[in-house]
Amino acid sequence: MGKRSVIPFGPQHPVLPEPIHSDRVIEDETVVEAVPSVGFIHRGLEGLVEKRDFNQMTYVAERTCGICSFQHGMGYCEAVEHVFGVEIPRRAKFLRTIWAELGRMHSHLLWLGLLADGFGYENLFYQCWRVREKVLDLQEMTSGGRLIFSVNTIGGVIKDITPEQFAVISDTLNDVEKELYAVLDTFIKDYSVQSRLKGVGILTKEQVHDLGCAGPVARASGVPMDMRRLGYAAYPELDFDPITYEDGDSYSRCLVRIDEVFQSIELIRQAMGKIPDEKELATPVKGNPDGEYFMRVEQPRGEAVYYVKGNGKPNLQRMRIRTPTFANLMGLCEMLKNTKLADVGLLILTIDPCISCTER
Amino acid sequence: MANVKRSPWLLHYDGSSCNGCDIEVLAALTPVYDAERFGVMNTGDPMQADIFLITGGVNTQNAEVVKQLYDQMPRPKVVVAVGVCACTGGVFKDCYNILGGADTVIPVDIYVPGCAARPQAIIDGVVQAVELFQKRSDEHDELVRKGGA
Amino acid sequence: MAQVIHPEEIIETIEVDKLLTKVMELKKNHYRISQACAAYVDEKFELSYSFADDETYQYHTLRVVIDTYAEVPSITEIVPAAVFYENEMKEIFGVKIQMISLDYNNKLYRINTTTPLGPKASADKEEEEA
Repeated sequence: MGKRSVIPFGPQHPVLPEPIHSDRVIEDETVVEAVPSVGFIHRGLEGLVEKRDFNQMTYVAERTCGICSFQHGMGYCEAVEHVFGVEIPRRAKFLRTIWAELGRMHSHLLWLGLLADGFGYENLFYQCWRVREKVLDLQEMTSGGRLIFSVNTIGGVIKDITPEQFAVISDTLNDVEKELYAVLDTFIKDYSVQSRLKGVGILTKEQVHDLGCAGPVARASGVPMDMRRLGYAAYPELDFDPITYEDGDSYSRCLVRIDEVFQSIELIRQAMGKIPDEKELATPVKGNPDGEYFMRVEQPRGEAVYYVKGNGKPNLQRMRIRTPTFANLMGLCEMLKNTKLADVGLLILTIDPCISCTER
Repeated sequence: MANVKRSPWLLHYDGSSCNGCDIEVLAALTPVYDAERFGVMNTGDPMQADIFLITGGVNTQNAEVVKQLYDQMPRPKVVVAVGVCACTGGVFKDCYNILGGADTVIPVDIYVPGCAARPQAIIDGVVQAVELFQKRSDEHDELVRKGGA
Repeated sequence: MAQVIHPEEIIETIEVDKLLTKVMELKKNHYRISQACAAYVDEKFELSYSFADDETYQYHTLRVVIDTYAEVPSITEIVPAAVFYENEMKEIFGVKIQMISLDYNNKLYRINTTTPLGPKASADKEEEEA
């Protein structure tokens, strides 16, 4: 047994896009234990319910995270809509689905780029982000914002997508798909990439369940958990199956996300084919929320839980967002045990950490 | 060293932002927007950085980190606050753990507005920062020359 | 068409001394911890421990309502993954949770204000209004 020493890591570190700090206890080159400490981005967003009413909170909820901002807004709105008991127009449901899947695509492409940067493939990083820009252009065209686009409102959406824009989306998706096949080959087949990812950071099915992991981390270990099955937005009318892999290592987590990009393209195509032609985009809601609801949505990073509780006043009593990275932190601590120190940066990336979500 | 054009290095740190501006900072540096054509380069090392891009507001815990990063940078230096949170605190201004914009702990030279700040705006801020850095470097050199003479 | 599985959520209000037994029971039935949170409502703490089943998509929430001075046992002995949730409750609301397996001692977020969303915060608020 070697001598134990503690290496502090972060918050500012070249491999990290966001600040997180962890103390790793290492023995020679092997990590024995990792204790994360968070709080560099803690803002206290949930405390804002005392000062903002439930309509204004939509915009605060969107700014929980700039990457999955649409899905945060959608999750919050769906939760409040459940408290009100309103059914939103069908077209709004489809529009939400389309934007949510565009968000998933750009989030996964972003992650693939960061992963490529993590194992030293800078060109691949740039290529992934080049493709991602096309998705961002679609978001900007349809909503006016590249990342944060505030199209959700309690009861529906506030913007529509025109038929001409659908044609552009369709063309762009074809392009994106073609380019992705060329880019993503490296992730799947390259020898040195496989040697960095295969068999590293294994989480078994049991561990994933015990540690309460969510999203691609759980699906990479063979747990077919996908909250889109709960049938929010327009997902009941679309055809899809959760993507699972069995190995539970970094390579599987990478494959799950690659497949999900293509799944998202497919889902957007289905949604565009089935979207009903309606004028109405939002059901007006009257009064203030009274009641509570737990809403679960499938974000790019996994299951996110929105809990709202109101007592008939404009300000909610409690708004709680449990984000997927928060659930995956335990999985990360487990994953880091008995790995080489050099792999730690890459392993932190494989859970797709979104620290601003985590700490809110 | 007069009349020498400089290529400053960028340091990016995420204060308590929502990630939107960070991603846009990275997008501004990748080939589609390519801020690097203005002669800047991204670095992870504060000791070698000349321009400090900070996104997001400052909270009680990262105030020390931001100050330390600023102190580690060699003089002359330029600070760019990217996004409305770094400028004033933005939507999170009233949160219990937010002290305010980046200028509550370090002096900020250039403010880039937007939520999230667009890559075009970030590039504009970076170009202004490069010019300011050139000016400050020249002044610095002048002082050194006078002091040395 | 995708198959929709959406059973009605269960919110079960229980006494605090039944908490550990109930958690144990859910764990035996192969539930996964989904979230745990506190709320400060009408000068009492409402703790919600939510568990999810990944096959039936059943969502089961255990609700414990306690006075602010009351002590709650930690469920981390049974569900280790609840560590961060319980530390968060303790730090932000000031819920007195006993024996968390990895106790950050109110240093998880390292915030300046003590229990910003708990009783003290609302006392400050009343002062402001007065």
